[in-house]
Amino acid sequence: MSNIPDDLKYVSTHEWIRVNDDGTATIGISDHAQDALGDIVFVELPEPGSSVNAKDEVAVVESVKAASDIYSPVSGEIIAVNDALVDAPEVVNSSPYENGWFFKMKVTDEAELQELLDADSYSDHCDDE
Amino acid sequence: MGQQTTLYQKHLDAGAKIVDFAGWDMPINYGSQIEEHKQVRTAAGVFDVSHMTVVDVSGEDAEKYLRYLLANDVAKLDEEGRALYSAMLNHDGNVLDDLIVYRMSFGYRVVVNCATRGKDLRWMIQNTDGFRVSVQERPRLAILAVHGPDSIEKVCEVVAEDDAKKIRALGNFRGIELDRWFVARTGYTGEKGVEFIFPANEAPDLWDRLLAVGIKPIGLGARDTLRLEAGMNLYGHDMDESTSPLAANMEQTIAYEPEEREFIGKPALIAHKQLRDAGELPELVGLVLDGRGVLREGQKVITDKGEGVITSGSFSPTLKHSIALARIPINSEYCEVDLRGTLTPVRIVKPNFVRFGKKVFD
Repeated sequence: MSNIPDDLKYVSTHEWIRVNDDGTATIGISDHAQDALGDIVFVELPEPGSSVNAKDEVAVVESVKAASDIYSPVSGEIIAVNDALVDAPEVVNSSPYENGWFFKMKVTDEAELQELLDADSYSDHCDDE
Repeated sequence: MGQQTTLYQKHLDAGAKIVDFAGWDMPINYGSQIEEHKQVRTAAGVFDVSHMTVVDVSGEDAEKYLRYLLANDVAKLDEEGRALYSAMLNHDGNVLDDLIVYRMSFGYRVVVNCATRGKDLRWMIQNTDGFRVSVQERPRLAILAVHGPDSIEKVCEVVAEDDAKKIRALGNFRGIELDRWFVARTGYTGEKGVEFIFPANEAPDLWDRLLAVGIKPIGLGARDTLRLEAGMNLYGHDMDESTSPLAANMEQTIAYEPEEREFIGKPALIAHKQLRDAGELPELVGLVLDGRGVLREGQKVITDKGEGVITSGSFSPTLKHSIALARIPINSEYCEVDLRGTLTPVRIVKPNFVRFGKKVFD
């Protein structure tokens, strides 16, 4: 069974989002997603400073098996990316919720956070797939 | 639930992720495909390939029959135990399947792909007309492939001393019958190793003994990246019933000599040769992407001579960049691949990337 931490929010496309104490948000892909993709070999990250809308394709993850787009869960500005993933993409497999984060954003519309899935709903969604 | 080999529980015990493979529940990996791939290139791993179809051919016309059925010539098998890779063609000269045939004490043993089992058996039986031959599937046999630089030494630790001596003495593409077991130096990885074809009820015991000496279980995921690095075709991807062997890098496996031998597909192949000489038949080449990204099956290839397609593509764990097999216009010199909407230049190389753990192209 995959690990789905209670303190995060999720999107049906398998990204997670953590709202930090300073109001910024950190985004990555779920344990379920990394497991389904298998060994990850390349990660393409967004440009820091760029503005994105919810559901925009902002990053790409390629595993031995498949390429997959990463969507921004909410609208905002990209303020940081996890450059360590460029040389060590396998960290997404080993630590999807901590060292394997993809990017950080300044969230522009907090109402969008209310529309995201909680851990239970996301777990049900994974079971249905 | 699909069909299961006698090792299904052993796969679960080893932490396998199980997927459907042509109706069989098979291990795709036991955690990390890349780690398993490296294990085979640097040490030794074991694959359960018992889903593959074993067909024994016997009777006084067995040789005559197989010389007609197969594009390669079993008359080359001048000793018991020797192995030959061959295409089985249809009357259009296209590839019905690829297979390994061994000369055995009782006749011949043919190992064909699992996904093509039904059509292969029908074709083989249909073409026995006029031959005094028996064609018998052997579903109760397991196949375990043990490959990697340490494979032979490790295998010899778990078999009887007399058998170990015989296995060590085997040359490449040679096998030996040891009572009800058949052990052959064949495989699908580009590393040395052996394949055991033996009673399926004995497979769990051998599996345990192999793991006990440090051989690691390897899933079908790593089997695919290993064979791709070795430039070996996968049926249904790199060739199928619509593909000439001449457009699938298989010409060296066709025995045109002796000229008087007739085999299924031969007249059509002569026509394929003429097409090729006129530059009208594509060829299967290797592609190398030196930068980031992964070449995938189905991606469009654009060359200076026209269009082609990637037939197998992946990330190469040994080379740490992407490689592919692609069917493109013959004598193309320049090539780009449509990588998720971006035309990206790739290098054309011979379709053989890694042998015995080392890069083999320029």
